[in-house]
Amino acid sequence: MRVIEIPRSLDYRNVEHIYEQAAGDDSSPVLFDARRLRWIDPNGMLLLLAAGQVAARSGTAPRISLPARQEVTGYLERMGFHHAAAGIFRSGAGTRRRSRSASDVLLEITPVTTNSDVHDVVDRVQARAGAILSTALRYPRSAVVQFSVILSEVCQNIVEHAEAPGWVAAQAYNWQKRLGRHVAVIAVSDLGCGFRASLEAEHAARFGDRWGDATALEAAFLLGLTRFADTGRGQGIQQIRKQVGRWQGILSIRSGTVRIADTPDWSSRPPLEEGLTHFPGSQINIILPERTG
Amino acid sequence: MGESPTPLLTIDVGAIVGDAVAPARRDLVTRPTGRAVREAIEVRIARTTRAPSVSLLDFSQVRILDFSCADEVIAKLLVRYLRRDRPREAFFLFRAVGDNHRHAVEEVLGRHGLAAVCNLGGGYELLGSATGEERTAWRALEHKGRIGPGELAARFGEDGVLVIRGLADRRLAWYGRTDGACALSTLARNP
Repeated sequence: MRVIEIPRSLDYRNVEHIYEQAAGDDSSPVLFDARRLRWIDPNGMLLLLAAGQVAARSGTAPRISLPARQEVTGYLERMGFHHAAAGIFRSGAGTRRRSRSASDVLLEITPVTTNSDVHDVVDRVQARAGAILSTALRYPRSAVVQFSVILSEVCQNIVEHAEAPGWVAAQAYNWQKRLGRHVAVIAVSDLGCGFRASLEAEHAARFGDRWGDATALEAAFLLGLTRFADTGRGQGIQQIRKQVGRWQGILSIRSGTVRIADTPDWSSRPPLEEGLTHFPGSQINIILPERTG
Repeated sequence: MGESPTPLLTIDVGAIVGDAVAPARRDLVTRPTGRAVREAIEVRIARTTRAPSVSLLDFSQVRILDFSCADEVIAKLLVRYLRRDRPREAFFLFRAVGDNHRHAVEEVLGRHGLAAVCNLGGGYELLGSATGEERTAWRALEHKGRIGPGELAARFGEDGVLVIRGLADRRLAWYGRTDGACALSTLARNP
């Protein structure tokens, strides 16, 4: 039995630790030990689901030990984690019913497989995002439109390019100690083909020896290249970058062994991280901070 | 340009979203949705009895317009009716909702090097890619409504007439040798 220890806090800043453990070739059964977990954001939740699915590829469904603290399991419940985990982990996580439309949740963990799912996400988030964006983040009421467009485009990335299902989740937090502000965190994850494989047939030849995870991600992120020859394609990520930049937020994409990011002044994360542990698919993290001034 | 256009065809894009996608939907998101809506618009245009047609695509009942959908519904529609092998002669005006839609419309037009005549709530504007000369000529024509052939040369000069004819080629104005030039918004009111 391979035990993957989930730290007390799991968010976008320390997910690499889990990627390193989860991506191992060891085919022995896996236990995700989350008993000590006290704090987790949507990136952490989607990572647990993705890591669980990767572990299940060995042929044995992984197990998960849920957090000992009731407020943490309650929060996971409200975020729809148990419901999403039911088909992945062997026991425990999937035994509870999903709570419907918890009032403090921006967007529960939602599977994204088809375009209809994207419509559902946009529908659902509009009902709740308005109040959270305007009161917690102090964005104008109309920001719910841009927020919905970001979610739509980021979810379509899964449907159009990943060739596999994924999930999206979002929540708002008060980062009083960390940043002195509220933030909204959006996480999107899939276990699909990743950016390199998605772009390879169309673009690898022109990059020659330089072709790799970093080149592929830079081509999509910075240049707006996609596997489609159509001029209108590739706008999604570019427009998300622009809007997140206007709100002074973070946008990062991890795919293969690389993470690329647009980072504002308040973040110390590097724009490019290479040589990470290989993990299938793509993971997108967006953090939108409360407006100041 | 040949015959005068047919009376204005107003197309409620929000209603098409409901018909083509799902009755309760009012959001124009995802490419397949955009493609379905564009195809439904093309069917309606094809039903008009004679060409050229002038269509007002009304987005005012659409809540969310994402970039993928704007690309499919607006940019690809315009590209199709600008091509030499276009299905028929057609002109388009757009009615959208302020900044909620402006950004997506401008982005997709700019990406394809297109321009469109659009009312975002404050009267018709020329959105997208256009030169300064084109914008000046378009505004003058929009202000005046119609300009007869004699007045055209006097008002704009030979080069200016070429710019107006260029706007007509881009389907941003109407031009006929015998009729002179006409703003699309005027054409929409009085074909």
